[in-house]
Amino acid sequence: MSVLIYAETEGGKVKKVAFEVASYGKAVADQMGCEVVAVSYNASDADVLGNYGITKVMNIACEGNFDAKIYASGIQQAAEQIGAKVVVVSSSADSRYLTPLVAVGLSAGYATNVVSAPSSLAPFTVKRSVFTNKAFTTSEISSDIKIIGVSNNAFGSIENSVSCTVEAFEADLASSTVTVESVDKATDKVTIADAEVVVSGGRGLKGPENWHMIEDLAAVLGAATACSKPVSDMGWRPHSEHVGQTGKPVASNLYIAIGVSGAIQHLAGINSSKVKVVINSDPEAPFFKAADYGIVGDAFEVVPQLIEKLKAFKAQA
Amino acid sequence: MIIQPKRINRNKKDMKILVCISHVPDTTSKINFVESDTKFDTNGVQYIINPNDEFGLTRAMWFKEKDGAEVDVINVGGAETESTLRKALAIGADTAIRVNTEALEASQVAQEIVAVIQSGGYDLIIAGRESIDYNGGMVPGMIAAMIDASYVNNCVSLEINGDKATAVREIDGGKETVTTSLPLIIGGQKGLVEESDLKIPNMRGIMMARKKPLNVIEPIGAATKAVNINYEKPAPKGEVKLVDAENIDELINLLHNEANVI
Ligand SMILES: Cc1cc2nc3c(=O)[nH]c(=O)nc-3n(C[C@H](O)[C@H](O)[C@H](O)COP(=O)(O)OP(=O)(O)OC[C@H]3O[C@@H](n4cnc5c(N)ncnc54)[C@H](O)[C@@H]3O)c2cc1C
Ligand SMILES: Nc1ncnc2c1ncn2[C@@H]1O[C@H](COP(=O)(O)O)[C@@H](O)[C@H]1O
Repeated sequence: MSVLIYAETEGGKVKKVAFEVASYGKAVADQMGCEVVAVSYNASDADVLGNYGITKVMNIACEGNFDAKIYASGIQQAAEQIGAKVVVVSSSADSRYLTPLVAVGLSAGYATNVVSAPSSLAPFTVKRSVFTNKAFTTSEISSDIKIIGVSNNAFGSIENSVSCTVEAFEADLASSTVTVESVDKATDKVTIADAEVVVSGGRGLKGPENWHMIEDLAAVLGAATACSKPVSDMGWRPHSEHVGQTGKPVASNLYIAIGVSGAIQHLAGINSSKVKVVINSDPEAPFFKAADYGIVGDAFEVVPQLIEKLKAFKAQA
Repeated sequence: MIIQPKRINRNKKDMKILVCISHVPDTTSKINFVESDTKFDTNGVQYIINPNDEFGLTRAMWFKEKDGAEVDVINVGGAETESTLRKALAIGADTAIRVNTEALEASQVAQEIVAVIQSGGYDLIIAGRESIDYNGGMVPGMIAAMIDASYVNNCVSLEINGDKATAVREIDGGKETVTTSLPLIIGGQKGLVEESDLKIPNMRGIMMARKKPLNVIEPIGAATKAVNINYEKPAPKGEVKLVDAENIDELINLLHNEANVI
């Protein structure tokens, strides 16, 4: 009996999101009284997972681009090899792509958007967010093997230093029918999925020519940029920045919304961000009901000042 | 067990498409629960085609218009979902299939849909990236694994040429273009078509939809593996702290010292 976590890597390095997944796996393993093992692909620094309670990493060497079917097959075999009863994954686009395949392969029940450690082991129950963060449910997983997709930033990374061995795992990887032709990814930009801070702009910014304010503010904070749906529909910003119920979910530590009214569909997608700040000229904007901090004011006056003051604050910090 | 879908080598114009339709509460719905918080309160709730599926359905219509494809839509659910299926027929689908059982969770739904796929001989199965109600994001991937078909999730563009498909997948921080072969399953979303391309059923479509087949079939009775046992709403939020627009230092101070986020 053991717990397996899938530690994602990027360019051979373990991604930060894996630390939260590891912390979750460690918590479940402690509840069950067993060890927690990680499986990763092409990790060169896998022993960092020892800081989060992982005692063993099974590292699979696999050339080429990420492929859901191939990656799923290795994770499944790692789970079988160690007799994992619980498999923990993140909520990244890649994890959400491959995990349903692992679930079928292991005949496992899979719960996504899980926000806390299991509330009970027998029956096995977890709390997860549903209705795009408008509610929570307790789900009971009845299969022998259980898969948990941890909601970003819901559990947090908990340091727990143990000695960690990294082994090469020779999996019999599947062959795929999907070939990657090209990848178009801005490597210098923080992604909404990984960001601690997200700065988002709405229709109140009047036009794409004013987005330098959003970008400059994001740059000072090391933040990702996002937008409301109409902003992406009008082509002011790319679709990939559209957040909300029908766009990307945001679960950052800080979400700053500028000139966004706070429609129910927008709020649904950003509700699980920890701290929300709104800057809006209309004191009646619904966003003020959802936010933690707010400034009633004209973005064109407030934001440039905020950028300057933050620069000064960062310089002295 | 892996069941290979029957794919008869067809001409392009005979492509058979299945669009999976999830029947979900309108995005403005108030979310409440009844029966000691064990059931979703449907009182006063308007149901719609899951937005991700609506993009996929419109994309399927384009294949039909351009290449003459046949488009079926499917829902696993009770009789109450038929209005949603009729809307899909009014938008232009040819046949609707309702698997007559309450949808309890993804692996059950996927197995029920697979049973239909086995007899249907579909070349392309279009599902959504996720349903906006339970946010599972699992059904298309599970179907793909069960029938061992090609699978592209977060699909924002799809072109088909004979047996080959070119798709664009949204990844964290960018996009990836892939090529693959049919039979194919996608988890689709906005981008497959744009908002402004969505088809609104017109009077003629609605009239025609009444005459189109809506076949109700009995479930295979697939088992569930993970079910929701009860629900709760998030704790009410405290009041917003307003900071004067002239006093931005105070905002920075609060974010640094009180919220600890910068
Ligand atoms: C099915 C469906 C799904 C949807 N899904 C989403 C979704 O996923 N995400 C999403 O975002 N929306 C979604 N929407 C749209 C949503 O209902 C709102 O229309 C949208 O969020 C509004 O965008 P906005 O706040 O940018 O624009 P507006 O509502 O136009 O708000 C602009 C705001 O800017 C403020 N403002 C104006 N000038 C200034 C200034 N100078 N300084 C400061 N503030 C200013 C105004 O007071 C106003 O509050 C969906 C709608 C539907 C029907
Ligand atoms: N009950 C259902 N009937 C038909 N299709 C469904 C059903 N539930 C989910 N789907 C399809 O699977 C996609 C992903 O749903 P989910 O895994 O529930 O998030 C949806 O966008 C639909 O295309």
